[in-house]
Amino acid sequence: MNDENGAGDLPELPMTRECPYHPPAAYEDLRAIGPVTRVRQFDGRPVWAVTGHLETRELLSSPHMSVDRFHPNFPMPIPALTQLQSSRTPAIGALIRTDPPEHTRQRRDILPSFTLKKIGVLRPRIEQICADRLDAITAKGPVVDLVEEYTKPAVAMVLSQLLGVPFADREYFEDLTYRRFDPAQVVDALADLTDYLSRLLRAKETDPGDGLLDDLVGKVLAGELERDELVKYALVLVIAGQETTANTIALSVLTLLEHPDQLALLLDDPSLWPNAVEELLRFLAITGGLSRVATADIQLGDLTIADGDGLIFLNPGANRDEAQFERPNELDVRRTVRNHLTFGFGIHQCIGQNLARVEVEIALRALFTRIPTLRLAVPMEQIAVRQGLVFGLAELPVTW
Amino acid sequence: MSGAKTLLPSGDATRCVGAGQCVRTAPDVFDQDDGGTVVVLVAEVDESHRALLDEAAYLCPASAIAFTERG
Repeated sequence: MNDENGAGDLPELPMTRECPYHPPAAYEDLRAIGPVTRVRQFDGRPVWAVTGHLETRELLSSPHMSVDRFHPNFPMPIPALTQLQSSRTPAIGALIRTDPPEHTRQRRDILPSFTLKKIGVLRPRIEQICADRLDAITAKGPVVDLVEEYTKPAVAMVLSQLLGVPFADREYFEDLTYRRFDPAQVVDALADLTDYLSRLLRAKETDPGDGLLDDLVGKVLAGELERDELVKYALVLVIAGQETTANTIALSVLTLLEHPDQLALLLDDPSLWPNAVEELLRFLAITGGLSRVATADIQLGDLTIADGDGLIFLNPGANRDEAQFERPNELDVRRTVRNHLTFGFGIHQCIGQNLARVEVEIALRALFTRIPTLRLAVPMEQIAVRQGLVFGLAELPVTW
Repeated sequence: MSGAKTLLPSGDATRCVGAGQCVRTAPDVFDQDDGGTVVVLVAEVDESHRALLDEAAYLCPASAIAFTERG
């Protein structure tokens, strides 16, 4: 950065949501200053904040964007992430924190398990998982916390079946994101999970199952993959696949209940669901704060991003860019939006995005088909939320 | 139709990151192989596919999709 002196006057990240289903209001203020503009991180370092849709696409697909977390200017969107530089967490960072050519090789190792055909095969299993949870919920009523009883366990069950991790051990990976974002717990949480996964993967060498991790254990036994590397893969898949999806489903339920006209359209015409899921993904975008470092000078209109500058991409803001979307702050399940940035853009675009789409669609459709009279048990304002790098509802009390 | 162009789609498997956007957009033109990267199913398509090919190229996060014209 070439202007360290003015950092004290800049808007500061992270920003928090005032309304669960809208990005922080200040993201619009940032975009009004500029789609790529200077802000200050919590530690005082200046960084570029990107809230423009076009600019996000262009920069995230640039070959001059690195995800190297050990670069001195690598942005830290929230305090807890600084703890991850610890030597006790060597296993983190596969895929999401590697650049080509290492990233290319890692992504190719995992990609065969995430093709659209492979995901399609999971559909009936996901439908069964949701149906079983809904049986339990309707038997339990009349007030149920959907986060504890539906979204978290259903997504954990899908993940456990997909990966081949016992559902009974879900304490290791559930809530990990939140423990991960707590500076006091993050290193222990990740060290525990790493140890657990190492033991599990060793056991699979002599007692294989039929999950994604079992396929990769096969590559280890064939000498095509290092054991340490496999632990890294398991760690990132467990972390990335649980709370992002579970939180998106819970927040979608809340959002639809608060937009009854939109929910009515879906109840009337269930064929709208895939379209609605895409709009909900655009509208909600619970993951934000993607960090990058420029590895060369990049010219963007009048703006120069200098070699070594840090950038934080606020994708929930870019999804509300009026230069790209009409009435961006309105939920409209009939609009066709496929170019939202909820899964990112560029070579790191979410590898599990098509699984997430299927999970969100099935979980929502199953819930509202089974309980069309679903409603909040408390006013929205009383529902506890979790701010942070992954936004979520701490609870979702519903009745019917 | 006289003057109609033929479109020649391409998918660069070395750039591909397997996001699946092209397959979701134009499933009769693009698919994924067992490794998860792009394969082009047809050598050429007619003009009616232009909007879909444009969309597939636009949505691809790795700039792996393109097409040329003939005729």
